[in-house]
Amino acid sequence: MALTKKITRSLMLAAFGVALATPSVALAQDTGASVNGLTGNAEAGKRDYRRWCVGCHGNEGNGEGENAPYVDPRPRDFTEALFRWRSTPTGTLPTDQDLYDTITRGVVDTLMPTWRPLTPQTRVDLVAYIKTFSPKWQTQKAGTPITIPPEPQQTIDSVLHGRQLFDQMQCWKCHGPEGRGDGPSAITLTDDKGEPLRPYNFHDGTRFRCGETNQDLYKIFMTGLDGSPMPSFADSLKPQDAWDLVHFLRTLQPNVQSESRNVWLEYVKTHQGQIKPIGVESAGQ
Amino acid sequence: MNSHSPSKLTDRVVATVPALVLLAAVLLPAPQPANAIPAFARKYGLPCSACHIGWPELNNFGQVFRDNGYQMMNERDSPITRDPSYFPITVRITPQWHRESANNQVVDNAPGGGTGSHAGTLTTDGFDLSGLDLWFAGTLYKNISFSVLPSSDSTASFHFENAFVRFDNLLHSPWLNFKVGKFELDLPVSEKRLLTLSGNGGFYYIYHFTPLNDANPFGGIGDNQLGVELAGHNANSYTRYTFAALSSVDGSVGLTYSNGQVAGRTFDYYGHFEQAFNTFGNGFMKVGAYAYFGYAPTFFQTSGGTDIYGRGNKPFYRAGAEWKWYFNKFLVKGVYLHGYDNAFLANGIPSNTPAPALTSTQRAAKWNGGFLEGQFIISPQWIIIGRWETVHMAQQADVSITPGDTGNLNAFTIANRWYPFMFSRAGLALQQEYSFVRSNGVTNQGGGFGSLCTDAGRAFNCTISSGALMFGFDFDF
Repeated sequence: MALTKKITRSLMLAAFGVALATPSVALAQDTGASVNGLTGNAEAGKRDYRRWCVGCHGNEGNGEGENAPYVDPRPRDFTEALFRWRSTPTGTLPTDQDLYDTITRGVVDTLMPTWRPLTPQTRVDLVAYIKTFSPKWQTQKAGTPITIPPEPQQTIDSVLHGRQLFDQMQCWKCHGPEGRGDGPSAITLTDDKGEPLRPYNFHDGTRFRCGETNQDLYKIFMTGLDGSPMPSFADSLKPQDAWDLVHFLRTLQPNVQSESRNVWLEYVKTHQGQIKPIGVESAGQ
Repeated sequence: MNSHSPSKLTDRVVATVPALVLLAAVLLPAPQPANAIPAFARKYGLPCSACHIGWPELNNFGQVFRDNGYQMMNERDSPITRDPSYFPITVRITPQWHRESANNQVVDNAPGGGTGSHAGTLTTDGFDLSGLDLWFAGTLYKNISFSVLPSSDSTASFHFENAFVRFDNLLHSPWLNFKVGKFELDLPVSEKRLLTLSGNGGFYYIYHFTPLNDANPFGGIGDNQLGVELAGHNANSYTRYTFAALSSVDGSVGLTYSNGQVAGRTFDYYGHFEQAFNTFGNGFMKVGAYAYFGYAPTFFQTSGGTDIYGRGNKPFYRAGAEWKWYFNKFLVKGVYLHGYDNAFLANGIPSNTPAPALTSTQRAAKWNGGFLEGQFIISPQWIIIGRWETVHMAQQADVSITPGDTGNLNAFTIANRWYPFMFSRAGLALQQEYSFVRSNGVTNQGGGFGSLCTDAGRAFNCTISSGALMFGFDFDF
């Protein structure tokens, strides 16, 4: 018993001594983070980052972690402060909520898993720490989230108009006429770092990297995916057009139940010979 | 080392352990990428620390990964999505130096025996090996996972520690997962993922406790079991349940117990429910309850005199509750267990014995136990562990077993576990550990040994104290 006590006391004293002696320097670029009433702490986020994120995103947050060479697509480089999954206009910084949502949701079809098992506070702390990697967070404010108007009804007219836009705007050149991500330009696509990039395969995918809802898909058209060839169409698409595109894209997903796909399949039954292929000449009806 | 050396040893230990801690402190401040089952870490490119508080103990992220059937659920789980050269294998072993000491052991008065014996302290020490784990685990396909773990003792004598296939997310729901084979029960605190490794501290006593003279062949809920398991959880595994139906063989193959005793053609059942809550700050708390209910035979049907299957099955159960609190660098967990063995099992009496089969002094055995464990997680690469465990008999199987605390035990373990590096390829931990156990007549060595014992007041031998000290290099790849 005496031995146990002595060892216990010695170990605890030594451990606490080391813990106290470890310097705790406030991060110079800590701009904090706030999500759902929780305030992020970058110092705490740093500890969590080293536990969960460092392997891919690297000590410096530059996406050069030890596993980065084996990760496809490559991990995000936080030093650029260039983020794809945003609610804010192209060229602006995302909101804390955007970063929090990406951490929570993960990025499907990549090695970035969902971090929902972490406590909300841990995730907000991580957001705060991620924001210390780029000076942009000190000189710029996050963009104002775009407004998403209420979704109109999913009708065949909406779907057909969306199909027409998909053809006219040449979305098919990357995403392919059937949305399989195999358009003629697909093989040439790279991200801002020159890394090959595959367009989204609507046919096989059930979830989007930005989320799962029609609102998430709408957001992509209007914000673009910064750092990738997918531009923002906020200046060229009216909200109704964007919704029509959303409804058409849902028809390309055989593995996802949607009203748009149902009305499309009904339409195909009765208009088989009248549907012109996409990418050959003017599509639509 | 002989029985007179502990004080010297004590001095050495007290001097050495803090020195090692301080050495670690000198080396630690340079932060290094931290990591775990390397087979999974290699597959997903995550550091061990992503899934483990310190490998092999899971954190909540690792728990969700396990609950999902070793899947991240990001459409990259099926082996068809991986590099063909990826192979899901892990090897783990712990070369070590250890010292084991126990008092009140039978010692011959003269080497070779024949001149009587006395109660003495036995102490051994030296370099040694742990058993070996050779673990294959992963996914066969999306939502179909597997695990095969041939495990050996330190002489390389192998058995299947686990082997199962699991069908995950049935009906697209995380609440329906089905596993069949041999597996670890979903215990309140996993014994297979202990951060303590010594001869005394490398398991939980309450998971294996058997009262004095008890004939129940069930080895305890800590043993992996054979059967089927239905399990479910919510997205972050804050709410979890498992229910298992198991063959009454304590996990042994061939429909016999590990001691060769034939099984009783019955099933055992185990259930566990856990609920977690976010607490203030960065912490979260888990509470839960569990129960194991089973039968074991008390006599056997024979064929030509050979036992062919067990009969006279009598019930037993283990049930309890858990509490865990994770808060920043601290983790505290407590588990309570109540045990019950039917009077026939507890006294080793065949239930077909002509009435009255039991004497007026014989009855069921009941006991209570639990442990309280604390972890100070200085960093993902450095953890200090302390644990106190106790078992108290609530009712002896026979009133002649006196005093009433016969069989009670108390165990203390403290360990320092340091991972000099952590990345997603392999793991190494330097372990320093001391564990002390005090048992009241828990071993029945017979032969009138009680008269040799210094604790002569006990009808069943005497109080035994044992200590285990180890310094090991625990590695996996």
